[in-house]
Amino acid sequence: MSFTTSKSVYWKGFRDGAPFIMVAAPFGTLFGVFATEAGLNLVQVMTFTATVFAGAAQFTALQLLLDDTPTLIVLLSALAVNLRVAMYSAALTPYLGAAPLWQRAVAAYFTVDQSYALSVVRFETEPDLTVPQRMAYFFGTVTPLAPAWYLATYLGAVLGTRIPESWALDFALPITFLAMIGPMLRTLPHVIAALVAIVTALLTAGVPFNLGLLIAGTTGMMAGAQAEVMLARRNKNT
Amino acid sequence: MTEIDPSTMWIVIVGLAFGSFGLRFVFIGLVGDRPLPDWLLRHLRYTAVAILPALIAPLVIWPQATGGQPDVPRMSAATVALAAGYWSKNVLVAIFSGAGTLYGLLYLLG
Repeated sequence: MSFTTSKSVYWKGFRDGAPFIMVAAPFGTLFGVFATEAGLNLVQVMTFTATVFAGAAQFTALQLLLDDTPTLIVLLSALAVNLRVAMYSAALTPYLGAAPLWQRAVAAYFTVDQSYALSVVRFETEPDLTVPQRMAYFFGTVTPLAPAWYLATYLGAVLGTRIPESWALDFALPITFLAMIGPMLRTLPHVIAALVAIVTALLTAGVPFNLGLLIAGTTGMMAGAQAEVMLARRNKNT
Repeated sequence: MTEIDPSTMWIVIVGLAFGSFGLRFVFIGLVGDRPLPDWLLRHLRYTAVAILPALIAPLVIWPQATGGQPDVPRMSAATVALAAGYWSKNVLVAIFSGAGTLYGLLYLLG
């Protein structure tokens, strides 16, 4: 019985994840184009996209490599961009931590913005789900997304060099990231974190090795965390 | 912009592959059911919202395509994309608004 219910939960996840193909496919195509324009061959592009499986970090690494940044700083900065998946991992742990290790390892690979966001909402609203059902839902959400991401990257890589300069693709990365940031600005501490990070990034733009990104990111995180503590304290006092 | 050296590229790909998996595995795989300190979770909450703007801000103010000269179409497109994302809470709406602004102004001013 529990097998059939897990199956229906899986398809529920699949249906919830499917609309996000509209986000994953253009973003993947863009990465394929960007990476090919940066001089990567098809094997490099596909290995990159399949093993790292994190668009924002992949874009960051390429952007910094094009700016002649030392390898260690490239790695640290791209991983800093990816720190949010560690937060997702932490947020999913209370729900999925009791699953077998191999399932948790596979789930770790598929921990992305959409699978995290959809799953946490579902697990909160349906506390009666068993651990296998939660796993089924989680994998359901990424089933339509992962193939779309690989395929879109491939198409972007194949088309890449044929796209003319007048398309101004240089600015596709800023627009895509800003579009992702907008919905994240849910609370005042989030806005403060973003503003502090922007000001610090502009002030530290001259720091060698593009270290400004790490400095600004860390400062913004601390500002957000501090603002959250101060707001909570004020709310308690009033 | 310079050519990316293939061996450097492979080091970055392999390093990021292991690093990204490590970040995803650290809590769900290694911590399992144990609770985490509040201060750590509080900082992790603001990573994306701090680091992504920090990466983008210099690219908006000093775009590479114009040789680092601030540029009206690109600044406007950035503002529209951010505002549309904030108000609509929809990433696709924001991307299309920003791209529309960029192409519209490049056409009108170019």
